[in-house]
Amino acid sequence: MSILVNKDTRLLVQGITGREGLFHTRQMIAYGTRVVAGVTPGKGGEWVEDKVPVFDTAKAAVDSTGANCAIIYVPAKFAPDAMYEAADAGIPLIVCISDWIPVHDMMKVRQYLDQKGVTLIGPNCPGLLTPGEAKVGIIPGHIARPGHVGIVSRSGTLTYEVIAALTASGLGQSTCVGIGGDPVKGLNFIDVLALFEGDPQTEKVVMIGEIGGNDEERAAEFIARKMTKPVVAFVAGQTAPPGKRMGHAGAIIEGGSGTAADKIAALEAARVKVARHPEEIPALLK
Amino acid sequence: MKLHEYQSKQLFAQRGVPIPKGRVAASADEARAIAIELGGRVVIKSQVLVGGRGKAGGIKLAKTPQEAEDLATQILSMTIKGLPVRKVLVDEAADIKKEIYFGITNDRAARRPVVICSAEGGVEIEEVARTNPAAIVREYIDPIMGLRDYQVRNIALNIGLPREHWKMFGQIASGLYQTYLDTDATLAEINPLVIMGDGRLLALDGKIVLDDNALFRHPDLAEMRDLDEESPQETEARKYGLSYVKLDGEIGCLVNGAGLAMGTMDIVKHFGGAPANFLDIGGGAGADKVTAALRIILSDPKVRVILINIFGGITRCDEVARGILAAMKEVGVNLPMVVRLVGTNEEEGRRLLEDAHLITATSLADAAQKAVAAAKG
Repeated sequence: MSILVNKDTRLLVQGITGREGLFHTRQMIAYGTRVVAGVTPGKGGEWVEDKVPVFDTAKAAVDSTGANCAIIYVPAKFAPDAMYEAADAGIPLIVCISDWIPVHDMMKVRQYLDQKGVTLIGPNCPGLLTPGEAKVGIIPGHIARPGHVGIVSRSGTLTYEVIAALTASGLGQSTCVGIGGDPVKGLNFIDVLALFEGDPQTEKVVMIGEIGGNDEERAAEFIARKMTKPVVAFVAGQTAPPGKRMGHAGAIIEGGSGTAADKIAALEAARVKVARHPEEIPALLK
Repeated sequence: MKLHEYQSKQLFAQRGVPIPKGRVAASADEARAIAIELGGRVVIKSQVLVGGRGKAGGIKLAKTPQEAEDLATQILSMTIKGLPVRKVLVDEAADIKKEIYFGITNDRAARRPVVICSAEGGVEIEEVARTNPAAIVREYIDPIMGLRDYQVRNIALNIGLPREHWKMFGQIASGLYQTYLDTDATLAEINPLVIMGDGRLLALDGKIVLDDNALFRHPDLAEMRDLDEESPQETEARKYGLSYVKLDGEIGCLVNGAGLAMGTMDIVKHFGGAPANFLDIGGGAGADKVTAALRIILSDPKVRVILINIFGGITRCDEVARGILAAMKEVGVNLPMVVRLVGTNEEEGRRLLEDAHLITATSLADAAQKAVAAAKG
């Protein structure tokens, strides 16, 4: 078992012929992911890597291939439309890699997807990786190993650090979930923690937070009340100044709230072990 | 991106929100001329992008044009929270009977806009939240349905607004919401909205914070950016699509990914160093971005060591390596550089850098410790 994606995932790539879409489609196929279709408006009928059919619309792609998960690599300007399109085509799980989507757009998208019962991961995220089974996103496959640690993170590259550190110390992963760095997004820490709690393969969980908002505090409350599996955390941005957006749209200390110190205190109060730097995490899991 | 008070109030006024008569001035002479034109008492208000201007002495009442000139001279020579005052807004003074807080912001947890209103206006809403949370009224907006009239009536009722003001309040609510929508704001705030002696309602102060992600569809608003309010490095970084925040330390950090960039700063501090900056080159950065990033870091005279930490996913290590080489050729890097490249195309990246005489590192801790050592040595 794992969560969200596995070897049976039938993946549709939106923006498959773009620079990033094509590069990462090749990487996903090389990893063994079942990429069954791609969408690029105006390029229907073409093929990618001689084996993935390209369609003009998501609806046509789903009708022909039975895709059940969509990944989006289109620029921010077109990404909300791609998410609406995938949802209307009947895709139950959408992963949006695109960064720089306006938050007003994301509030509407999330509302619409919730009404349709569609699960969203991202945007502004590295996607999902179930080691040995499926890579849906951009997490480098070679750093991960199948195992029993679930990872959920607001960051991209910081997640790779942690995966690599776990693998180097002999700890494999069940599923790695990058939920993204935007203030309004799809699944949040609590949702993914609940999935890991219910997943028989996952024994322990690593949660990687950062400054801004109060998702870590809410997660701490959830962990204290509902989690039986041990959770180890890291919170990035202990040295970040207030009032400045630290890259991610959601990573900003506003009106004195959203500091790393508050989040660490909340997590520690929930008996979560908090690492002082990312490479300390494996030792805390043992 | 924050807008100044005078810019925010103009945007509100264009959508039916009444604001005081007034204009912005860059000199005391201009302030005097505006005071004469307005006649009567005026308020001289410093235009800097920080809160607490009043407490800092940056907002003053003038009874005569001469006093307006004197106060403008004084305020224009001030520095408020590190920002020099370059402009003042000269507004007609209002006869204030009651102050109300009225704002719309994005509620991250609720994933929708929320109207926040309080009969205790004129102070920061965070302060009201601490001292008298019961005085704050919240009304959540369905992002697809928008703000409805009945919700505005709920708000008016719940803050105890006398009925004779409801019609005007409704017009202001709709102007505020329209401004929030039209500008892709993350915050649109009127504080205070005042009830005057003659019964009129007036937006005395305004603040708008824009969503940087949405600026691509608002070129007119993007042009309102006040470059005096940020460092030249930040301006340069934005031009190249880099996220840069200047800090006080000696170790210049160049990292891909915001979380990793923060994590790198944190670990530098953990090992006894001080980061000079936050810099995220973003996902999929090419060689030109890396060159620009190095140039920006090197323009900070406090920097003694450069720490490059790349964990390639969508970013390719070979592209970053080419950027490092190009930057070294172009700007002549004389400082020690600690480089760590891991992930997509890492072998190719490392091969490209073999002859460049850099300090290489494998783990994050290793890289941070080497950078801290180099900064001390």
